[in-house]
Amino acid sequence: MREMITQLQLYLSYPFVRYMLVVGTLIALCSSMLGVILVLKRFSFIGDGLSHVAFGAMAIATVLKLADRTAFIMPVTVIAAVLLLRTGHNTKIKGDAAVAMLSVGSLAVGYLVLHKFSASANVSGDVCSTLFGSTAILSLTEKEVWMCVALSVLVIGAYCLFYNRIFAVAFDENFARATGINTGVYNLLLAVITAVVIVMAMNLVGSLLISALIIFPALSAMRILDNFKGVIIYSAVLSVVCAFSGIILSILGSSPVGATIVAVDIAFFFIHYLLGAFLHKT
Amino acid sequence: MAFITCKDLVLGYKDGIVAEHISFVVNQGDYLCVVGENGAGKSTLIKTLLHLIRPISGELIMEDGILPQEIGYLPQQTVVQRDFPASVWEIVLSGTLTKCGRRPWYGKKEKELALKNLERMGMTEFKTRCYRNLSGGQQQRVLLARALCATSKLLLLDEPVTGLDPKATEEFYELLKSLNREGIAIIMVSHDIRTAVRQASHILHIDKENSFYGTQEEYLQNMDENAPHETTLH
Repeated sequence: MREMITQLQLYLSYPFVRYMLVVGTLIALCSSMLGVILVLKRFSFIGDGLSHVAFGAMAIATVLKLADRTAFIMPVTVIAAVLLLRTGHNTKIKGDAAVAMLSVGSLAVGYLVLHKFSASANVSGDVCSTLFGSTAILSLTEKEVWMCVALSVLVIGAYCLFYNRIFAVAFDENFARATGINTGVYNLLLAVITAVVIVMAMNLVGSLLISALIIFPALSAMRILDNFKGVIIYSAVLSVVCAFSGIILSILGSSPVGATIVAVDIAFFFIHYLLGAFLHKT
Repeated sequence: MAFITCKDLVLGYKDGIVAEHISFVVNQGDYLCVVGENGAGKSTLIKTLLHLIRPISGELIMEDGILPQEIGYLPQQTVVQRDFPASVWEIVLSGTLTKCGRRPWYGKKEKELALKNLERMGMTEFKTRCYRNLSGGQQQRVLLARALCATSKLLLLDEPVTGLDPKATEEFYELLKSLNREGIAIIMVSHDIRTAVRQASHILHIDKENSFYGTQEEYLQNMDENAPHETTLH
């Protein structure tokens, strides 16, 4: 036990470990708040789809040797998010099919591009780390950390400011539109925030596991709580706890960060599932 | 002055006309039932009344201080709502959003209004309960309370008794009738012609060829006259 604590202290003295903790918890916070809405709107898989788009964009940015890759990935992902969340009315391809198509398509194109044109010697290693995010989070610079903090503040601020309207639109879009709320604007806002969070989260857990950050805390909270505000706050807290303990565990057990966080999320979901079954019986 | 006056309205979308020659008036205290076959244009009429789509031609006039967003709308239930983790209070309160203007949070006035309408629907004791755990009839009462927060004059209901059991249906109709007696005008879209005739003061029957609008007695007469004719047609 004492050994573990000294080991932890040693690791925490490195700045990159502290950066990882800050960025990890912030991303977990943002993605869980969004997750509640996305799960309820039946868009659980948008995280998956968009992260693959981000992967494809990253592959292209890498091959083109762009200096600021985020500047390329971010707009591409935002556009994809807007297009996906716009579905529902007047689209030829329905929501889930559109997500699936974009997701698989951009994954394939991204891998193809990396494989054919990348100058790197270890292509499968590169691909693996972007998909599962094992190394990127260890090489965060101070600038990236501050950018992440700023974006998180923006996301949480927008969420708090428009909370009541976001609720109204999520619960009943028809009624909201009838009472004069411009639902298009809020769907657009949701799409943009989702894209921003996903691009941020790619560094942490990689593009394959982002969905887990989005859906698990939300589903856990929905198992046991009966009001919307409670669900949002609880899933945010739970997600932060999971991310924090996941990162610590991964340091101690030298396991991959992203996968460890998701494993903790899954464990907590099962606990809540049982708790929910117990609560609703009594 | 009438709340809503429609003159020779033609309803539809860019790609075609759904229904035409629709004329009717809704005054304070009226109870208008809109009936018609599936696909006759009932939902298109609702969207037009809510100003979500424009009529292709004809006049739709709203006066007497009614704004489009002041129609208390009770939409059909969606799949999303069935397992939505929201308390009754949160849902009813969301009906007052129009009154908040640009303010992001609810004020004291909005909360009082929501509380009043919750009481009016007899749902005060369910305030903190979860919407998804309520019975169908109770859920409709919650949505009605929310609609009443948005309006004090006119309710627009879209097939409100779908999926309710006979007892809950009867209770819901009673509730509507009592709101109507308080002076709230009601427009109800329904495919249940029998109840429509029993409940409403006016009937609008949407049909591709010839739509009918008139009082309940006129509608019954009209049906009697047309009935033998219709049976020979079939």
